[in-house]
Amino acid sequence: MMEFGFSISPSSTMNLDKVDFSLYERLCEIEPDAKKCMACGSCSATCTAGQWTGMSVRKVLLDIQRGKEAEAARLLKGCMLCGKCTMVCPRGINTRHLILSLCRIYGEDEK
Amino acid sequence: MKDNIVIVGGGIAGMEAARQLLLLGYKPILVEKSDHLGGHVADWHCLFPDMTPAQQVVKDLTEQIKDANIFLETEVSFINKMKMGYNVMFSNGVNVICKAILLATGFDLFDASKKEEYGYGIYDQVMTNKDLEHWFNTGDDKRITGKDIKKIGFVHCVGSRDVKAGNQQCSKVCCITAIKQAMEMKERFPDAEVYCFYMDLRLFGKKYEDFYIKAQMESGVHFIRGRVSEVSENLQGQVIVKTEDTLSGKPAKITLDLLVLMAGIVCNREAVQTASMVQVPIDSDGFLKSRDNILNIIETDSKGVFLAGTATGAKTIPETAAEARAVALAIHNYLVSQQ
Repeated sequence: MMEFGFSISPSSTMNLDKVDFSLYERLCEIEPDAKKCMACGSCSATCTAGQWTGMSVRKVLLDIQRGKEAEAARLLKGCMLCGKCTMVCPRGINTRHLILSLCRIYGEDEK
Repeated sequence: MKDNIVIVGGGIAGMEAARQLLLLGYKPILVEKSDHLGGHVADWHCLFPDMTPAQQVVKDLTEQIKDANIFLETEVSFINKMKMGYNVMFSNGVNVICKAILLATGFDLFDASKKEEYGYGIYDQVMTNKDLEHWFNTGDDKRITGKDIKKIGFVHCVGSRDVKAGNQQCSKVCCITAIKQAMEMKERFPDAEVYCFYMDLRLFGKKYEDFYIKAQMESGVHFIRGRVSEVSENLQGQVIVKTEDTLSGKPAKITLDLLVLMAGIVCNREAVQTASMVQVPIDSDGFLKSRDNILNIIETDSKGVFLAGTATGAKTIPETAAEARAVALAIHNYLVSQQ
């Protein structure tokens, strides 16, 4: 094939019409406070693991709200369950508990 | 015989000021250009934060000012400054000599069709916050009635914080109004997904943050951070909204059955003309200029001319009412000082 020195990049646009809310809805059933997040980022700022692994509860929740389950699972692997994020959340979300519930859902799916 | 006071504008500010002046023993003359009292509030359905019926607020105020001289469908034709006050000529031919004038001229809702990229007046399924309140009141709007509404979007900051639209101010009340209307729509369409497109949520007032949490927790409203850049229409007549999901850092698009534009608050253009008759200038934000913006926001540099309500900038109803009460006292003190 002739090389012209350029290629076509895939679109980075997110199509919100195709977002699968099922994981988010399952999470909200057992952790209704997941809906309370206002994306302030205090959890990410305080996360000890975050600076090395990219872990961020805010991003995990956002990924799940946008149907990006695999990306959320990848971030969760960096969590040490220290619970500092729970202490700083201004909306009082029990983020540590939320992470465990998420892991339980992922665990069920793997069975 | 008490002194004459002319109140220009029969919205919340004018009505509440008239009510207080009546209680102080004056008989104010209130002129309103439209055929009803209540201003924009008269077109609304329910008011945040307690979902008070707007009609009730207007009715209560109207009953309490029935002793004032009220001229509907009347405008100020001209004002002449005299030695001791002003000579005001109304469009109905009435001529009044007064010592104090209150400009309670309110605001104009931003004309959403100016933001052509949002398609108001171009695409079938785009409406404004005011259109939606009209539908709440009457149930009559071909964009909603009989339609299968499954996805609804609310665009914040339409004609607000927008230098190119000629209004760089925050209109203050649209964030909370969008959340209120999003929840009201979710009640009427429980199966619909509701989205709010915002830059930041400015929920400063009493119980506003409670509203936000309720919208998240109970109504499940989706909040997407990003300003809508453009809207288009598909063959089915739905609207396609483009925005950046700035939290994800990626452009996003979504197809909606109904799009509601939160048109902002801009200065009432006709008020500018009336204000110029009494040498009240326009401030750098486009609204009428107060003597200063800390302690004398209801006073002007023109003797005997006062301001109240949204004539000086976006305000909530409680803020407007508080200013109207303050201005009644300021007018009273002024008239006493002139005796």
